[in-house]
Amino acid sequence: MANLESTFLGIKSPNPFWLASAPPTDKKINVMRAFEAGWGGVVWKTLGSQVKNVSSRYSTLDYNGQKVVGFNNIELISDRPLDINLREIKEVIREFPDRAMIVSLMADNNREAWHDMVKKTMDTGAHGIELNFGCPHGMVERGMGASVGQDPEIAKMVVEWVMEVAKIPVITKLTPNVHSVVPAAQAVIAGGTNGLSLINTIQSVTGIDLDTLVPNPNVGGQSVFGGYCGPAVKPIALKFLTTLAQDSITKKVPISGIGGISTWKDAAEFMLLGASNVQVCTAAMHYGFRIVRDMCDGLNNWMDEKGYKTIDDFVGLSVPKVTRWEELDINYHITAKIDQDACIHCGLCYIACEDTSHQSIDIVRGNPYNTYTIKEEECVGCNLCKIVCPVKDCITMEEHRKGPENINWIEWQKRGLPLNDH
Amino acid sequence: MPIQNNRLSHEELVHNFSDIHPPFEHEEGAIIEANRCINCYDAPCTKSCPTSIDVPMFIKQIASGNVKGSAKTILSSNIMGAGCSKVCPVEKLCEGSCVYNLLEEEPISIAKLQRYSTEKAIANNWKLFERKASNGKKVAVIGAGPAGLSCAHTLSLQGIDVTVYEKEEKGGGLMTYGVAAYKVTPTFCKEEVDYITSVGGIDIKYKQELGKDITLADLQKQYDAVFLGIGVGIARELEIPGEEMDGVVDAISFIYNLRTNDYSKIAVGDKVAVIGMGMTAIDAATQSKRLGAKEVTMIYRRTENEKPCTDVELDIAKLDGCSFIWLAAPKEVKGENGKVKQLVCSKMKLGEPDASGRRAPVDTGELFTIDVDMVIKAAGQIPFEDLVSKSSLQNKGGKIAIAASGETNIKGVFAGGDAVNGGKEVVDAVQAGKNGAKGILTYLGIK
Ligand SMILES: Cc1cc2nc3c(=O)[nH]c(=O)nc-3n(C[C@H](O)[C@H](O)[C@H](O)COP(=O)(O)OP(=O)(O)OC[C@H]3O[C@@H](n4cnc5c(N)ncnc54)[C@H](O)[C@@H]3O)c2cc1C
Ligand SMILES: Cc1cc2nc3c(=O)[nH]c(=O)nc-3n(C[C@H](O)[C@H](O)[C@H](O)COP(=O)(O)O)c2cc1C
Ligand code: SF4
Repeated sequence: MANLESTFLGIKSPNPFWLASAPPTDKKINVMRAFEAGWGGVVWKTLGSQVKNVSSRYSTLDYNGQKVVGFNNIELISDRPLDINLREIKEVIREFPDRAMIVSLMADNNREAWHDMVKKTMDTGAHGIELNFGCPHGMVERGMGASVGQDPEIAKMVVEWVMEVAKIPVITKLTPNVHSVVPAAQAVIAGGTNGLSLINTIQSVTGIDLDTLVPNPNVGGQSVFGGYCGPAVKPIALKFLTTLAQDSITKKVPISGIGGISTWKDAAEFMLLGASNVQVCTAAMHYGFRIVRDMCDGLNNWMDEKGYKTIDDFVGLSVPKVTRWEELDINYHITAKIDQDACIHCGLCYIACEDTSHQSIDIVRGNPYNTYTIKEEECVGCNLCKIVCPVKDCITMEEHRKGPENINWIEWQKRGLPLNDH
Repeated sequence: MPIQNNRLSHEELVHNFSDIHPPFEHEEGAIIEANRCINCYDAPCTKSCPTSIDVPMFIKQIASGNVKGSAKTILSSNIMGAGCSKVCPVEKLCEGSCVYNLLEEEPISIAKLQRYSTEKAIANNWKLFERKASNGKKVAVIGAGPAGLSCAHTLSLQGIDVTVYEKEEKGGGLMTYGVAAYKVTPTFCKEEVDYITSVGGIDIKYKQELGKDITLADLQKQYDAVFLGIGVGIARELEIPGEEMDGVVDAISFIYNLRTNDYSKIAVGDKVAVIGMGMTAIDAATQSKRLGAKEVTMIYRRTENEKPCTDVELDIAKLDGCSFIWLAAPKEVKGENGKVKQLVCSKMKLGEPDASGRRAPVDTGELFTIDVDMVIKAAGQIPFEDLVSKSSLQNKGGKIAIAASGETNIKGVFAGGDAVNGGKEVVDAVQAGKNGAKGILTYLGIK
């Protein structure tokens, strides 16, 4: 049995799965239920200035019958009275002393407001603070949320205000609504933040009701850009995470990974790319808190299989495997191979390659089943056929090096080797 | 109890004859199933459909929410797509070749999805086709069965004025008068015929029989071309002693009665023997059982391996509680006072393969007798040899001979469907109607 215990900035939790700051963590009853279900920690729904929400608030991207591939919201920070939130946080900590309690904050844009919020949070006994510099709607218009996170100077200033009074660890949550998260991350580290978390939601329009012509979500016949999250954003989150894990300054602080995590596999991937723990929102909103059981179980089994005893054994292991394009080995070459016994003759590989790739699959028409084979000499090894094939391991990619030597783009150019061979 | 009607209560009969393949009750069910289809390229299902319906396309149209487009995709290949979704032996057609079979998984429910779209088209009377302006050409179609209606629809779309002559008082052919009652209802059959003719340009004249009320020669004079979609007739004679006895019935007439009367009016025996193992035999056996016959025994000359019906059909008979005697051929019907009492059969064995490629049954000379009070003959149907020969149509045992264009030996006279193939499926007849229409259009110099 692997040990799933996690320590993030000294904050302990029985497993690395925290609930991200959002509706699942906005009041005592939810958080109590989450802890009963087994979540390692929570980041309490962002507290700050008083707000007013609208309805409706959510919309989704569904694809081929799969609901909630992506999730979009136009909700604001907590709309409950501050004193009730603070009292409940205190009560939950007392009931579940072994779980991590982080409180997310977004104060008005002045030093006093931030000092006040930080102090009140510390009074609850919370283990840490997360600064919400990421919310892309509603608060931005008031100079908060993403408008702080998008400007490294302002972000740094706010972190400095916070650090003047904070006596518990401070995590800064970054917005992905930027070209690169590195400048803001470097700035908040300079401002004194102890750790980072990312991503918050990405600005989006999920779709339009084709009867009313109003984009979703519909608020009395109008809509606004919302914040996008859920499975669809995972690749974007992983990319931003990797840039932090590779930057010489930002890699020095622990990172809490967020964005589209639904299973233990997603979590493992975030951790392999440098996250010390992970946070989840949409998956819990879709299926409830019970999903954490398989997250723990699956991660545990995978760690046992791989021989990892603790989380730290594998955090960051994939980071060095992401390099720059010009360092890739051009002589590495693979070609597809179709296992004729496994093939079900759906023709998806053929039509994908024929219409959109390199016309490298041969077809012999039959009734009713056609036979498909790879034209090895034409195949560029793009993976497309393997990706669209519905049968596991029916199409495999086999290595056929173009040469023994590892030659990258820089070397290739230096030697004046031929280009455009396809 | 001898041969008798009203063996079961009204409720039991309604239950026994209810839809054997119920539709999707909810849109969600259809969409989940539609999304399961992997959208094959050059799809095996399409290639296995005699009318070449673009199956993946219509399924993905259901998934995308374009149900109207889906119905059009189906009906432009097969105007009886709604009926076919209920009666086609899909296990040997589209669904039988779905790639999921190769993964040992349930194939996509193609028929059920097809029913989903086409039933909506009929229920909402979607106008999916527009007929070209009349071009003054006139074609006579004989028979308002699947072949005739499909031919008429295709021709009408091209601006031809079609008159259909039908000897019965309803359209649909064997869809209305032959197919098992638990597959299609009379109401559905009528709605389907009405939907097909709603495109305009098709005038069906009922109770008009070729060879009786009209002649081919007259039609040739009045019309620019003629299409014969007359199907085949009643069941083949057994040609054994006692066949004339009270209680020996022809499956086609038995089913015709069942399809045109209230179930409570149809009489069956206590112990029924059904001769044959084709689709008609299965339907006669299962429906006898569903009317309340105590014992139904199906008798077939070969073994289960050579049977002409599909496994799915045989399973229906098995589940209905029919029993089977394989390798047996009827020799004599015995009775008392002209009423059937016993059936004497020969035991058969399998010999060398015959023309059909199946091993031929050979009489062993050994006899056995079973007690029965009703014998239903369902060993193939007889083509209208008399009518066909009298009209000077080249034929083989009554099966009309045609060229690739669908044309018969008589210029301007085309034929297709059961009348030509001797009896296959509805879907084959629909395709034959399309082929005939294409031949006629070429013949008339249209398109
Ligand atoms: C009992 C039974 C069950 C069947 N079950 C199925 C099934 O489940 N699924 C399936 O796909 N197929 C089934 N079939 C086969 C299918 O019904 C036929 O293949 C199909 O109907 C053939 O179409 P058709 O238009 O060629 O002929 P028909 O359907 O026979 O239509 C011919 C039409 O011509 C009319 N006609 C005949 N002679 C004349 C004349 N002289 N003048 C004017 N009109 C005339 C007839 O009244 C009829 O309306 C079944 C057949 C039988 C007998
Ligand atoms: C309805 C909703 C409300 C949210 N509110 C907050 C918030 O108050 N503070 C915050 O930092 N993030 C908020 N988030 C963002 C989530 O904490 C998280 O960063 C994001 O949803 C990505 O994770 P996921 O893909 O697991 O959902 C909210 C997300 C949702 C869906
Ligand atoms: S064969 Fe099956 S999976 Fe493939 S397109 Fe046809 S129904 Fe879909």
